[in-house]
Amino acid sequence: MATLTATLRLRRMSTRRPGDPLLMVSAALAAGLVVLAVIGPWIAPYDPAATDVLAASQGPSGAHLFGTDSLGRDIFSRALTGARLSFAGPGIIVLGSAGLGTLLALAAAWHGGWVDRLLNRLLTLLFAIPGVLVAVVAAAVFGAGFWAPVLALTLVYTPYVARVVRSVAVRQRQLPYIEALQLAGLPTWRICLRHLLPNVAPIVLAQATIGFGSALMDFGAVSFLGLGMQPPTAEWGVMVADGRSEVLDGAVQQSMAAGLCIVISVVAFNVLGERLTQRFGGTR
Amino acid sequence: MNNAPLLELRGVGITAGDRRNRRTLVRDVDLTVAAGETVGLVGESGSGKSMLVKSAMRLLPRHAATSGRIDFEGRSVLGFSRRELSAYRSRDVALIHQDPRAHTNPLRTIGDFLVEGVVAGKLLGPREARQRACALMAAIGITDPEHRLTQYPHQLSGGLLQRMMIVAALLPSPKLVFADEPTTALDVTVQSEVMAILQEQIRERNLGLLFISHDLDLAAAVTDSLAVMYAGTVVERGTTAEVYSRPLHPYTAGLLACRPSATAVTRLKPIPGRPVSAYEVASGCAFAARCPFATEECRKDRPQLRTVEDRLVACHRVEQIGAELAQVVHS
Amino acid sequence: MSVSTSAAGVPARLRTSWRHPATALAMTYVVGPVLTILCASFLLFAVLTLSPGDPVAQLLGPHASDSARAAMRVRLGLDDPLPERYWHWLTGALHGDLGTSLTYREPVSDLLAPRLLTTFVLVGMAAVLILVAGLVLGGIGGTSPRWRPLVNALAGLGIAVPAFVATTFLISVFAVNLGWFPTGGAGSGFTDRLWHLTLPAIALSIGYAAYLIQMTSSAIGEEAVAEHVLTGRGRGLPGSWVFRRHILRNAALPILTASGLTVAGLVAGAVVVEPAFGIDGIGSLLIRSVSAKDYPVVTAVSALIVTVFVVVTTLLDAGQHLLDPRLRKGR
Repeated sequence: MATLTATLRLRRMSTRRPGDPLLMVSAALAAGLVVLAVIGPWIAPYDPAATDVLAASQGPSGAHLFGTDSLGRDIFSRALTGARLSFAGPGIIVLGSAGLGTLLALAAAWHGGWVDRLLNRLLTLLFAIPGVLVAVVAAAVFGAGFWAPVLALTLVYTPYVARVVRSVAVRQRQLPYIEALQLAGLPTWRICLRHLLPNVAPIVLAQATIGFGSALMDFGAVSFLGLGMQPPTAEWGVMVADGRSEVLDGAVQQSMAAGLCIVISVVAFNVLGERLTQRFGGTR
Repeated sequence: MNNAPLLELRGVGITAGDRRNRRTLVRDVDLTVAAGETVGLVGESGSGKSMLVKSAMRLLPRHAATSGRIDFEGRSVLGFSRRELSAYRSRDVALIHQDPRAHTNPLRTIGDFLVEGVVAGKLLGPREARQRACALMAAIGITDPEHRLTQYPHQLSGGLLQRMMIVAALLPSPKLVFADEPTTALDVTVQSEVMAILQEQIRERNLGLLFISHDLDLAAAVTDSLAVMYAGTVVERGTTAEVYSRPLHPYTAGLLACRPSATAVTRLKPIPGRPVSAYEVASGCAFAARCPFATEECRKDRPQLRTVEDRLVACHRVEQIGAELAQVVHS
Repeated sequence: MSVSTSAAGVPARLRTSWRHPATALAMTYVVGPVLTILCASFLLFAVLTLSPGDPVAQLLGPHASDSARAAMRVRLGLDDPLPERYWHWLTGALHGDLGTSLTYREPVSDLLAPRLLTTFVLVGMAAVLILVAGLVLGGIGGTSPRWRPLVNALAGLGIAVPAFVATTFLISVFAVNLGWFPTGGAGSGFTDRLWHLTLPAIALSIGYAAYLIQMTSSAIGEEAVAEHVLTGRGRGLPGSWVFRRHILRNAALPILTASGLTVAGLVAGAVVVEPAFGIDGIGSLLIRSVSAKDYPVVTAVSALIVTVFVVVTTLLDAGQHLLDPRLRKGR
C-alpha cells in the first residue's frame, strides 16, 4: 500500500501542469547558486583573505571582477567564498526547523486533543517573539558566532513550518485511507512515516524553500549587526557591514556585491518556493 | 407595446480562453422565452447552460466572449451601454444562483443583501424596501422577517438562505427570472419546499422563467417548454409535455431512461461514455460517440435543428429511430 | 429561543461559566495575551540571568573587596531562586523599575525613556510609509489585471531586500552621492529629526511594504472574483457600490491582519536599522547591551519589544472581531 500511495503521489507531482517556466528558471537559479556555494572556495580566483594595500578600493576591472575592498582583498573571491557560509547557516536552520516542525505537526495532528492544544499554545508563544530578537538574545547568552543565531533561528522558524504542516496533516488525518490503514492493523509510527509523511512532504519542501530565503536574510542581518559571523570571515552579512565605512567614501562595490548576492538568492528561493506552493496546492 | 418575446437568443456562441488557446463552450444556440412563459434548460454539467445564462446577463468572466444576438424585449443586450445594462440587471431580470452560501456576502446582513438591489437602483427608498422585503418574506412563509433582516448569512440554513435569494430576486419585480440550479446545493427535504415557493411566485406574478437544471424531472415539473443541451448546443426543443413523454433525440431519451423509477425495480441504464464539451467535438454530431443509433453520417455531418412534429430536433435519424427510442424510455 | 433551552439555561450557564461570551472574550483578549507576555518575559529573563557572566564584577570592577562583592550579590538578589528573582523583576518592572544597567550604572528606565521617543518616531514614519505604499500599490495591483504583474514583480523584489542591504544602498545614493539626507544620527528638534529619520524609515519599510502590497493585492484580487460579488453585479449594482461594499469591505479583513503584523514587527526591525544609521534608539541600545553583556538592559528591551508585539497583535484580533460578524456572534 505504501508503494501505491507513493507511486500515486509521484505521478501527481510529475504530471500536473508540466510547463511552469518560472518554476524551471527559479529552480535552475537556486540549484546553480547552491552549486556555487559548495564549490565557491575552490574556484575563487584569489585568496579571500589576502590583502594588497597597493590595490585597495578599486572599482570593477578585468583583474578584479567586482573590484577590491579597502584592504585590497578581491571582492569577487570573497563573495564566492562567502556564499558557502551564507548558505550553510540558512541551510541548517531550514533543515532543523522543517524536521522539528514536521515532527511536532504530525504529533499534534495525529493525537489531537491536549497535544494539539499544547502545541498551539507553544506556537502562539513562539510567534510572539520576533525572530531577530531571539537571534540577538541568543548571541547575548551564548556569544556571537555561527551556532547561536543558527540555533535561535531554527527555533524561530519551527512554528511557521509546524502551522502549515499541521493544517495539511489534520486534513489528511481525516481521510478514510488512514482509517483503513489503522483497521488493517498497521502500527502508528508506520502509518505516520510511510503514509502521512509522504503526503505532507511536498508542503514541507515548499515551506522550507520559502523559509530558506527568509533565513538567509535573518542570518545575514545578525552577522551585519556583529553578533553572528565576525570579520574578517568572508560572509555576505559581514561584507555588507564591512563595506559601510567604504560607502561613506564613495566606494560601494563591497556592500553592493554582497547585498546583490543576498537579494538575488532570496528572490530565487522565494519564487521557487511560491511556485512549489502553487503546484502542491498548499496554503501560502 | 411591442410583440417581441421577453428574451430571444439567436445563434449565440460563447468562447473562452486566451488568444492562443480559445475554446468553444456554447455553439449556435437559439432560444426564446415569452412573457409569462417558463422554459427549462436541461443538460449535464459542462453542457454550457450556466454559461448561456451568464451571457444573457453579460456576467461572463473577462476571458469569455459572446457572439450572436441576445435580445430582451427587442433590445440588444450585447449592445447595452453601462447605464442600460445596470437598469436591465436591476429591474428587468433577476438571477437566482445555485449555492446561496457562496453567493451572499458573509459580512453583510440579510437586510442589506435583500434591499441593496432596489436601493442602489433607486427603485425604492431604504425604508420602503425593507417593508416590502418583510412583506415578501412573510408571503413565502418566513417567520419573524424583521429579525431576519438583522441576521447574517452564516446564521441561516441553506434552505432559508435560498428563500432569501428568491426574495432578493423578486423584490425589484423583474419580468424574467433566471434560476440556475436553485435547489441543487440544498438538502433533499428543503428542495421541494424551495421549488414550490419559486413556482408559486412565478405563477402568481406571471413572470418569465428560465430554469436551468440537470434534472429533467424537476425541469419538466415546473416549465411549459424544454430545451435539452448537449456539448454546448441545443439538441431538442419543444413543449414540456411532448418532450418529456416522447423524446425524439437519443440524448433526451437517454436522460429519461437513466432515471431511477419509483414504481418498478429495474436496472438503471446509464448513457455509455462520458459527456463531452463543445470544444472537444471535431465534426459530426456531438452525441454520436455515445449514441446507439449513430451512423457514418452522424459522425461526419453536424445535424442542424429542424422541425419534426411541432418541435425542433438536431438528429439525422429522427424518422428512423422513433419507435426504438420509445422502447428505450419505457422498457 | 425555545422553551427547553431557557429552562435548562440557568444551571447550564452557571456550570460552564467560562463559555459565556463575555468570559470567552476576556480570555481571548486579556488573559491569553497577558499570559503570553508573562511566559515570554519569564523565558527571556531566565535565559538571560542564567547565562554565563558575572554582573558583580561588571558593576564593581576587578579590584573590589570580597565584602563589597558579597554585599552587592545580596543587593542584586543573585543568590535567590529564579522564580523569586523573576517575581522581584516583574513587580519592579510594573512600577517602572527595570533594574540598573551594568555598563551605564544608571537605572534602565532612564536609559530607555529618551530612546523610546526616537524609536517611536522612526517606527511611526515607517508605518505611515508602509501603509500608504502597501495599500495604494496593493490596491492598484488588486483592481487592475493590467498592472498586477508589474506590482507583483515589484513586491517580489522588495520582499527580498533585507533592511540592512537597503540601508547601504540608500546611504550611498541619497546621502553620499546626492547629499539630500544625512548619513546617520537621529537629529534634534522636530523637522531635523524627521529629516534624519527619513532614510532609516525607508530602509525599514521596504520589506514590510512589499509584503503588505502582496497581501493587499491578492486579497482584493481574490475578492473581486468571488461569487457574492458576481451576485452583486448581476443585480445591477453600480461598480463603485460593489467595490466599496463587497470587494473592499471583505478584503479589509486580511489587509488589516497584514497591516497589523507588519506594524507589530517594526520595532524588531528597528533593531537592525538603527545601528546601521547610527541612531541611538531602543534597537541600538539593545545591540550595544548584548555586546557588553549588559543583561538588565537586554531583558528590559526584549520584554518591551515582546509586549508591544503582543499588544498590537491582540488589538488586531479585536479589530477582526469587530469587522467579521462570523466571529462576533459566535459560531
